[in-house]
Amino acid sequence: MKAIGTAAVTAQVVLVVAGAPLLAGTMRQVRARMEGRAGPGVVQPWRDLRKLLRKEAITPIGTGPAFRVAPLLLVATTAVVAALVPLASTVTPVSGSADLILVVALLALGTVALALAGLDTGTAFGGMGASREMTVAALVEPTILLAVFALSIPTGSTNLSAIVSGGIHDPVRLASPAGLLATAALAVAVLAETGRLPVDNPSTHLELTMVHEAMVLEYAGPDLALVELGAQMRLAVLLGLLASLSAPWGIATTASPAALALALVLLTAKVALLGSALAAAEVFWAKLRLFRVPELLAGSFLLALLAVTASYFLTGE
Amino acid sequence: MSLLRKIRETGRVAEDAPPRPAPAASAAARRLGGSVQVRCVDAGSCNGCEIEIAAAFGPVYDAERYGARLVASPRHADLALVTGPVTRNMAEPLRRTVAAMPRPRLVVAVGDCALNCGEFAGGYGVEGAVADVVPVDLKVEGCPPRPDRIVAALRAVTGR
Repeated sequence: MKAIGTAAVTAQVVLVVAGAPLLAGTMRQVRARMEGRAGPGVVQPWRDLRKLLRKEAITPIGTGPAFRVAPLLLVATTAVVAALVPLASTVTPVSGSADLILVVALLALGTVALALAGLDTGTAFGGMGASREMTVAALVEPTILLAVFALSIPTGSTNLSAIVSGGIHDPVRLASPAGLLATAALAVAVLAETGRLPVDNPSTHLELTMVHEAMVLEYAGPDLALVELGAQMRLAVLLGLLASLSAPWGIATTASPAALALALVLLTAKVALLGSALAAAEVFWAKLRLFRVPELLAGSFLLALLAVTASYFLTGE
Repeated sequence: MSLLRKIRETGRVAEDAPPRPAPAASAAARRLGGSVQVRCVDAGSCNGCEIEIAAAFGPVYDAERYGARLVASPRHADLALVTGPVTRNMAEPLRRTVAAMPRPRLVVAVGDCALNCGEFAGGYGVEGAVADVVPVDLKVEGCPPRPDRIVAALRAVTGR
């Protein structure tokens, strides 16, 4: 019983760490194919990481502990979130701690660490990227909190495992107005939090349009490998969380090896599908002007607020 | 929707890949293991070479499928594509860019101007060829070089 729970947590973390670069590779491949290119293959991000880990580490003159600690903190917080969130199983030894507020705080800790590192380099673009990232984060974190809070009202708990198992046993909740509004709000928040189009362009070369990329311009070698892995893991975890909350079918609610194996396969399929859909949609989108980003995020916050209101009025408590 | 129809009608634009190059010659290239991040440095070029580099990374030649990718910072880069004769004002920025790249690093001189100052040899603003300022590992000849020659130089480094 306990052993299978531990195995589920381990499998979630291993799957996220090993699968996140493959997810990034798949998304780049989808984009390449739609642009008429052949694409470098799905495992290219792993080749990039392997090469970066072999390269010389550089600490720019004048940078302090914030610059050195940030990549480790980013990967560590994301790994903890990957262990906590019910991606494959709702019955794990840590599912009691899978609290919504803790998960959002851990994600925010990673964001803040990287923003401080951007400031620490003392370059113009590092500071500019950090300032933009904090602006976006300040608008995104409340939306994630509020959207998941709307989903938590029918369950009566902010524990993510309880919310997900509630959704499995009572699927009507997911199709309720509150559930749909919350899912839409969460989807926009995930795009902003992971720095995808239309909020940030992950493949930009123009420093003036950068948000996330501008903060990591000074990283090289193994540190850059950790930053890239951290960013890819965040995307995988947040897409997995979105899939768990909006389509929780297949997630193991009992401690049986067969259910866990099925859950892991379905998780991979769901995240790969969401990632490919996102990559395909990005071909049609342009990046929003920076001053219009708050409008988009305020819109998604409004959806989350409506979801909370709807779940109070329509559940008839 | 019209974009979707366009994507479907156009299909694949990338030309078939030429045969795989011989295994990477230098030890630095072997250590990169099929992944090369490229930083372009315009040291005083007429922008003819830049247009060809852009074409090399475009859909038809698609240098990205061999594991090369353009990046925005020399700290992320393994390889510097340097174009043009090095002008007096760009000599120091070029030295600093190459110094900012983590080892193992490579410098590729692209175009006749980068190799021997070409048309601009003897100009009052010209410091010299790229090899006079930083050590050069690979050379791509032509004025401007065809995109497939640039791609061939990148493939010699990625080994794919």
